[in-house]
Amino acid sequence: MKKSWIVLAIVILLVILVYASVRGTYNQMVGKDELVSAQWAQVENVYQRRMDLIPNLVNTVKGYADFEQETLTQVIEARAKATSIQVNAGNLNPAILNQFQEAQAGLSSALSRLLVTIERYPDLKANQNFLELQAQLEGTENRIAVERRKFNDVARDYNTFIRQFPKNIYANIFNFESKAYFKAEEKAKEVPKVEF
Amino acid sequence: MKLKSTLIIFSLLLFFSSIFGQDIPERPRPPRLVNDFSGFLSGNEIFQLEKKLVSYNNKTSTQIAIVVVESLQGYDIADFSFRLGEKWGVGQKGFDNGIVILVKPKRPEEKGEVFIAVGYGLEGVVPDAVSKRIVEAEILPEFNRGNYYEGLNKAVNTLVSLTEGEFTAEEYNPQSEGKGFAFSTIGIVFLLILFSIIGRLRRARYHSLGHNIPFWTAMFLVGSSGRSHGSNFSNFSSGSGSFGGFGGFGGGGFGGGGAGGSW
Repeated sequence: MKKSWIVLAIVILLVILVYASVRGTYNQMVGKDELVSAQWAQVENVYQRRMDLIPNLVNTVKGYADFEQETLTQVIEARAKATSIQVNAGNLNPAILNQFQEAQAGLSSALSRLLVTIERYPDLKANQNFLELQAQLEGTENRIAVERRKFNDVARDYNTFIRQFPKNIYANIFNFESKAYFKAEEKAKEVPKVEF
Repeated sequence: MKLKSTLIIFSLLLFFSSIFGQDIPERPRPPRLVNDFSGFLSGNEIFQLEKKLVSYNNKTSTQIAIVVVESLQGYDIADFSFRLGEKWGVGQKGFDNGIVILVKPKRPEEKGEVFIAVGYGLEGVVPDAVSKRIVEAEILPEFNRGNYYEGLNKAVNTLVSLTEGEFTAEEYNPQSEGKGFAFSTIGIVFLLILFSIIGRLRRARYHSLGHNIPFWTAMFLVGSSGRSHGSNFSNFSSGSGSFGGFGGFGGGGFGGGGAGGSW
């Protein structure tokens, strides 16, 4: 009689302990997951900012009648392609992130080609509107670099957290998947710059 | 197999991040707003700028840091500025009202570079196009003539006038007032304990008439320990930087705002 009471007490204690540990870890995982999502929103934000600058840039450049249409069309196409790829913050796996990054890199290189072409148009280069846009574009590239780095930092923090024992067991049970990173690539690293 | 490759990528990332993190100079101790690691400015010029920036910080809580480095360690100057700003925490936490003016002096074989990095909270009043204009119209013409102090001073004046109304020390102070309150409560509790000790000692004195010396020794001990505690408290409050010198960086964040140029 007495013995069974002790066993019951121990079992209840164990259940409480396990529950407390799982609950604490689970909530921490949710918190870190939210941080990654929030940072992802920041990343999307700065990429969107770049998208928003492009119509302005295209219009400014278009005004110069003899401007090469081909580079402009390339920028517009690359922008359309980049816009078509939307990533859900809840599903940041390597394949999707890779696709996103490639589309954005395509836009980056189209933009830097455009800026190089502009080198040949002194009037355009001196245009106040263009100078302003150029400063904004450079600033946007800087922001993209910063937000990507911050995203990798929080994603690394989250991944490290869910991979540690015994948290990896809980992560498996509750379906917390590890997040993909942005890869450093040469093209994305170089900020389109116009030398004067 | 897949797990292995992700693990390798993961460890490489960690490895690189740990290498990169070390190139950015450590936060200065004691904290200073003007940090010349390259002998770019004279002692008096540093003093003048520091004085101006510290009083601006005390007035508005906005922190403008000037940093001159010998080398960018292979970083892009913009990237270097943001990392440095984040590492030192220029600006106040939550307001992100910090600005870093980073200068890499000109060398015979390489051009000089300058960058103004603007914290998240100031991007509204100092947009990139404005930073660019400050660099190109105020800093670079003076730098080209070799007037480094003049260029920085002009830039600081413009940044001060742009950011002046944005944050006020009053806005920032509620937090430090809260701290002050906590300290005063601790002080009151301490005083109460002190009085009760004194009271007890007095009573002890009544009970042991003729033994004056131990009482005065005890009083002296209590008094001196009280004094040492007192000085600890005052150290603490001067550490929060409400008065006089620069109290330290506040933990502000940077999101990539700002612009630069080279000469």
